[in-house]
Amino acid sequence: MKNQVINVIIAGLGGQGVLKASDILSDAVFRAGYDVKKSEIHGMSQRGGSVCSDVRFGKKVLSPMVPVGEADFLVVIAEDQVEVNRHQLRQSGVLIEPKLIDLKTLKNQKSLNVALLGILSRYLDIGEEHWKEAIRSNLPEKLHGVNFDTFTLGRSAKTD
Amino acid sequence: MNQTDRKLLSGNEAIALAMCGCGVGLGTGYPGTPSTEILENFGELGGKAQWSPNEKVAFEVALGAAYAGARAVVTMKHVGLNVAADPLFTAAYTGVSGALLIVSADDPGMASSQNEQDNRHYAVAAGIPMLEPSDSQEAYDFTVAAIEISERWRIPVMLRLTTRICHSKTIVRLRELPGPKESPTFVRDIQGRVMIPAYARPAHHRLRDKLAEINAWNESSTLNQRFGEESTLGIITSGISYVHAKEAAPTVSMLKLGMTYPLPLDFIRSFAACVDRCVVIEEGDPYLVDSLRAAGIGFEGKSNIFRFGELNVGRVRKILKGDDTPEPVPPRGKPPQLCMGCPHRTVFEILHKLDCIVSGDIGCYTLGVLPPFEAMDTCVCMGASIGVGLGLRHSLPFEQARRVVSVIGDSTFVHSGITGLVEMVYNPPETGHVVMILDNGTTAMTGLQEHPGTGRTLGHRQTGKVIYEDLAKALGIQNVHVIDPSRDAEGLKTTLTDALQRKELTVIITRRPCILAAKKIIQYEKEAMHCESCSCEHAV
Ligand SMILES: Cc1ncc(C[n+]2csc(CCOP(=O)(O)OP(=O)(O)O)c2C)c(N)n1
Ligand code: SF4
Repeated sequence: MKNQVINVIIAGLGGQGVLKASDILSDAVFRAGYDVKKSEIHGMSQRGGSVCSDVRFGKKVLSPMVPVGEADFLVVIAEDQVEVNRHQLRQSGVLIEPKLIDLKTLKNQKSLNVALLGILSRYLDIGEEHWKEAIRSNLPEKLHGVNFDTFTLGRSAKTD
Repeated sequence: MNQTDRKLLSGNEAIALAMCGCGVGLGTGYPGTPSTEILENFGELGGKAQWSPNEKVAFEVALGAAYAGARAVVTMKHVGLNVAADPLFTAAYTGVSGALLIVSADDPGMASSQNEQDNRHYAVAAGIPMLEPSDSQEAYDFTVAAIEISERWRIPVMLRLTTRICHSKTIVRLRELPGPKESPTFVRDIQGRVMIPAYARPAHHRLRDKLAEINAWNESSTLNQRFGEESTLGIITSGISYVHAKEAAPTVSMLKLGMTYPLPLDFIRSFAACVDRCVVIEEGDPYLVDSLRAAGIGFEGKSNIFRFGELNVGRVRKILKGDDTPEPVPPRGKPPQLCMGCPHRTVFEILHKLDCIVSGDIGCYTLGVLPPFEAMDTCVCMGASIGVGLGLRHSLPFEQARRVVSVIGDSTFVHSGITGLVEMVYNPPETGHVVMILDNGTTAMTGLQEHPGTGRTLGHRQTGKVIYEDLAKALGIQNVHVIDPSRDAEGLKTTLTDALQRKELTVIITRRPCILAAKKIIQYEKEAMHCESCSCEHAV
């Protein structure tokens, strides 16, 4: 069987929930039974600088870092970080950015990261139950409701 | 597949779990990216975990525990081992009764460090075995193996990690681990533990004998693995470089080294002899390259450009092709900044306005070097602000010397600023000097850890507290001020201006919690008040 690895990069600014989004994504694919590796540079993220996190999954993953120019999906939470990260995306890759979401429909602006994961989820073969479980185990209980809603909103948003 | 014994873990989380499984009696350390979460997780899992004021002390506390027969682990970032190097070299001579695992987390590429030193050299220089995991599973397994090796040969062992091992999450299959051994007890061994020259000379021989034995054992150890039958190309590698190499060249033969000191040179030689072309893939310094060359093993290394920064799949592909054409520079992201409302901001605005020469230090406040403040002139290593500031004062012409200010964070002050303050009292410059301690009530830079100046332990429980103003006064420093920089910026400016005029010694403590820590601090204080008024086990 061909070992196809899906490469996702999530990027944004410190404090926007980049790492939380990549935790949820990697947890969801893990629950769906894939091999998965997730990698990022943190340490200075609390002070608003650029942050990005790589998630790779498939039958077997080796390097935890997405090779430059080989991302299948680039999820960018801050519009001004799109250009900085565009070189990561392969030619046929999919860019998922904030302008795909009508920000006014978000109950909580801080959950934009999860809304964008909702959009990403439409391209990936991962059951909704795994996404829900991942959201549940990575966020405090009081935020579950709003994030389930936001995820669904992203999952059903019109993007074409 | 049973999901409960499989977990998606960072290397740091995996190490903490292995420490618990092996019944590690004490984990010590000082925070430093990328090592910090090991002790935090160990503490959360119920292990006895403690932050020390610095890595040297942390090392010594763990060493004492290992002398007592306990299994002990000390964690730090790469530069932390410079601070702890003194006890390290002689602990290799004394050996231990229990186990001593030294976790060194290197930061190739300097995601969050002031240099990219390669700590593999320390294992060689001190003479202690070194293991290098390549993912979280191995971080877990090698922690257990390192503790076994330490206990079997009664020698400290180094687990050498890099940022991508510490912070990447990969799947770990957990297993039943041995649990604690017998309980610690004191066994007198004066000749083995008291390193006067007469006892240290034989101790050095004992160390080399142990290393020779470990070397022989490592020649056939399962920590090192050989894959593939391909004879045209073979790769020798270790740590994170292995996974990059395996992805870049999936079909070639590989020799993956798990224990990289002492090196199994015969095993390596027999591998190299089986392939037409042999390439060493390693991140950082040419450590394997130099060792193999000295042993007369034939192979290719990498071009010098790959010595800088991290390796990745693309770079390994280039190394294998012998391509050393310049690499494209990725677009620069947005640099980090001091948070809006950060109490450090006021301090650097004032230092900028007063045109001070700022001998700086390491922490969030190092960002005072960037616009709009641009108010830092030197930053070398933790604690250096005070010594370097004094050296500047001693040497610069008067008009410049009197503008020099040393600026140091609270955690950094406790780490290695106290001896600097003693130096200032002992060898005061003619112009006097001004030290500012930026007390934001936390170790913010590495993610809000406690330290001896917060009066709370790693687990945020109340404990003894170092009071900087009392310390400075006890040392005989004439002028000691405590000011809230956010409430009284004017007062701070006047006090600093005045201090710069005097030919005296001044310490100004700017006290205001980091805005990210403030809420948590209030919460911990509330819990402590509650504890004081009840008689539960948490009461102090
Ligand atoms: C020897 C050494 N150990 C650890 C570190 C990592 N480190 C850098 S600064 C720092 C402490 C910062 O705390 P503080 O001085 O209180 O400043 P803040 O970040 O809170 O402003 C730490 C732990 C280091 N650079 N060198
Ligand atoms: S984390 Fe705290 S100390 Fe660091 S920049 Fe933000 S407010 Fe300042």
